[in-house]
Amino acid sequence: MAEDLTLTSVTKSFGAFTAVDDLDLTVPQGSFFALLGPSGCGKTTTLRMVAGLEEPTSGTIALGDADITRLKPYRRPVNTVFQSYALFPHLTIADNVAFGLRRQGRKDVDARVTEMLELVELVELRKRRPAQLSGGQQQRVALARALINQPKVLLLDEPLGALDLKLRRQMQIELKRIQTEVGLTFVHVTHDQEEAMTMADTVAVMNEGRIEQMGAPEELYEAPATTFVANFLGQSNLVSGKVLGPDGSVLRLDVHGARIDAGTARARVTDGDVWVGVRPEKMQLSDPGEDFRDGDNVLPDGEISDVSFVGVSTQYLVRMRWGQELTAFEQNTGARRRFRVGDKVDLHWNPDHTFLLDASQDASAGAVVEDE
Amino acid sequence: MSRGRRWLGDHLILAIGLLVLVYMFTPVFVVMLMSFNDPASRNSYSFDGFTLDNWRNICGPFQMCESLTTSLQIGLLATVSATLLGTLMAFAMVRHRFRGRSAANLFVFLPMATPEIVMGSSLLALFVNAGVAGILGFWTIFIAHVLFCLSFVVVTVKARLAGLDPRLEEAAMDLYADLWQTFWRVSFPLVFPGILAAALLSFSLSFDDFIITNLNAGQEVTFPMFVWGAAQRGIPPQINVIGTIMFLVAMGVVLAGELGSRRRRA
Amino acid sequence: MSAAGNLPVGLVDAPTARSQGGRRGLAGYLLLLPGALWLLLFFVVPTVTLVATSLYDPSGSLQTGYAMTGHWQNYVDSIRDYLPQIVRSLLYALTATVVCIILGYPLAYAIAFKAGRWKNLMLVAVIAPFFTSFLVRTLSWQYLLGDNEVLVSVLRALHVLGPDGHLLATPFAVVTGLSYNFLPFMVLPLYASLEKVDPRLIEAGADLYAAPFTAFRKITLPLSMPGLVAGTLLTFIPAAGDYINSELLGNPQTRMIGNEIQDLFGAGDYPTAAALSVSLMAAIVLLVFFYVRRAGTEELV
Repeated sequence: MAEDLTLTSVTKSFGAFTAVDDLDLTVPQGSFFALLGPSGCGKTTTLRMVAGLEEPTSGTIALGDADITRLKPYRRPVNTVFQSYALFPHLTIADNVAFGLRRQGRKDVDARVTEMLELVELVELRKRRPAQLSGGQQQRVALARALINQPKVLLLDEPLGALDLKLRRQMQIELKRIQTEVGLTFVHVTHDQEEAMTMADTVAVMNEGRIEQMGAPEELYEAPATTFVANFLGQSNLVSGKVLGPDGSVLRLDVHGARIDAGTARARVTDGDVWVGVRPEKMQLSDPGEDFRDGDNVLPDGEISDVSFVGVSTQYLVRMRWGQELTAFEQNTGARRRFRVGDKVDLHWNPDHTFLLDASQDASAGAVVEDE
Repeated sequence: MSRGRRWLGDHLILAIGLLVLVYMFTPVFVVMLMSFNDPASRNSYSFDGFTLDNWRNICGPFQMCESLTTSLQIGLLATVSATLLGTLMAFAMVRHRFRGRSAANLFVFLPMATPEIVMGSSLLALFVNAGVAGILGFWTIFIAHVLFCLSFVVVTVKARLAGLDPRLEEAAMDLYADLWQTFWRVSFPLVFPGILAAALLSFSLSFDDFIITNLNAGQEVTFPMFVWGAAQRGIPPQINVIGTIMFLVAMGVVLAGELGSRRRRA
Repeated sequence: MSAAGNLPVGLVDAPTARSQGGRRGLAGYLLLLPGALWLLLFFVVPTVTLVATSLYDPSGSLQTGYAMTGHWQNYVDSIRDYLPQIVRSLLYALTATVVCIILGYPLAYAIAFKAGRWKNLMLVAVIAPFFTSFLVRTLSWQYLLGDNEVLVSVLRALHVLGPDGHLLATPFAVVTGLSYNFLPFMVLPLYASLEKVDPRLIEAGADLYAAPFTAFRKITLPLSMPGLVAGTLLTFIPAAGDYINSELLGNPQTRMIGNEIQDLFGAGDYPTAAALSVSLMAAIVLLVFFYVRRAGTEELV
């Protein structure tokens, strides 16, 4: 509320195409906020509107009390770290980093530049040109160049996309550390759900110009609001079912003939037809009829159709009686036996891990990213 | 495919290309050669004898050096003007939105594709109808030169500008540079090689132009006009000296630019 | 970042990068204004006055003034009187264009794909002869094709030419001069197009069993079309209107339409000269129009 970034009913259309559709968003000051979604969902457009590089077709953007919707980018206390870094090729690293301060007419530039380069550990390279640096180094320069201006909001447009895996993991930790240390508001746009969940305090999942769900990573993961979120964040098993009625603190459901319980905490819908959702890692396999734990939900009569050993876990595809294939991940702790293709199994899970979603939603939304 | 055939295939194209380049340079070598020529008669155009006199007595032929000066003056003026106007247009066409983009593209292209005789005629027709037929001269030539150089400048700068990542300009604005500062500190330095190339091209076109100039020159004489007249009267060998000098100076400028950018890159 | 690499290969260019098209507002119009004004005043308006002039009474002159009589017979008369020159001009220009393609395509291809680090140097080499004055260079063809020089002697010895045969003052010389002069205008747009062809496309072709020539025919050639067309337009059209090569390297039987227009202007017969010019211009506009119809205007500049 002090210097929170607020987007109210922001819409952006390019001719007939609506990239951002009536978006409402509040980023609390000092938080690390991730805007997550597949390509084309409008997250980059939203970021650009906050930066001032695009103008919203309608709606307002405010920083605290100040309406910045129509302000030019060079008048906003907002800086961007671009996906391609956009370092000025004709300037040295030091001059790149100093650029923003110099345009503002600041005098103590050199000292601040050194300080910032120390923060990103690139002081020795200050006289080099961007072309002479590696991808990871360029990324840090881009970060330094933006941070040095101490913006009210720092925008990051998929800044880690071009880095290889190990470096990316390293930078994720770095960025989080810097953000905590410096205390600025970070808005991070990415399509990598692991990255978003690792780094952010709050995640907003975007799809086709709208926000599907916003909240803390665990909240989104354990209690998804829509099938899109359920499938986009991690993986989900979505099985059709029907609510029979409440029974004390749980809901009773019929799932293809089996009696299933669901906790009410994660139920978005509480009667009629529903999607019954369970994360694969919450499911366990057992031999048919073997009673595993008291109170577990059981889906019987499955047959294993595929086994993948992934080191940390084993991933099973289980074909059920009604034809659907469900996924189960079992950690390779060594305590349980490994099943084989063709084995008949029952699926078990704790009823509290069940989430219920509106049956009218597309069960495959968010699962496979469409090539436009 | 056998290695021999592959080597041939790979290098055949390059060999042909180089041969074509040699072909393109042959007349230039002839010009250089002929600058040392001691012609047997006014109308002979063959190598009769070697002499350094032409180089020692460059401004010998009557009015040649005056025409050269005129050409250089017009060239300089036209280059500066065309480069300025053309660069502005290129920026507009690449970085800004406006209605009539197709028309703009067309009208920039047409002067390049118009035969010089047509362009010269239409300018002459304009001047005649405007009643200035009596004062054709330096400024009418200047106008014509800026006209046909303009398109080439636009195309050259546009090419360079289009290759420039627009994100760089966005980054500049994101970092508090307003439109002028973005242009001056980011766009301009990065487009400059293109602008320089455009200026060089512009000067060459202007210096070299005959057909359009001839129609609109009135009493003024430019170097190409002098050469044309000489072709009827008798060609002084100093023409080749000038040609050689022009070539060497231009090559010098280009090579200096090349070396300069190589050093900066290091 | 050298100047050399920036010489006008952009005659065939990529469409602007950002799909959003750029900044809105007045700035674009303001930037465009001076240049557009110049073009309007000294290209568009003159074209109009040229058309007007072509409709003058042909019996006028600079001294007596011209009467605007809407005398469209100027067109009929001029085309009828000068038809041989018109046809000859188109023929020479066509031949020169074909020669330019034959010589220019391999060169452009070599620079784009085979030149490696010599690319910039080769590009400079294409433009460099430009720096020697154009007329001076054309005159040097008089030397190269001269009766007493190497080339003619060799050809006479090989009996390609008769003992009295000469190369100068023939259509061959004129076409040679024309194709020589316009070669850079063919090479550069072609190079620009070829440069944009991703060499991996050709590799993909090879991977899919295409022999080298087939790969060229089916992949490279079609992709280089914009450059080829632009180069053709920039060669054929100006060549058709040239008269210098004809005058310096030809004879009275090789006179082109440009020669006639020039002489008519010199003689003060503005209406006829203008009519011929406009006819030539109309033919060009037609050609460009057909091209733009197929390919749009973005690739032109």
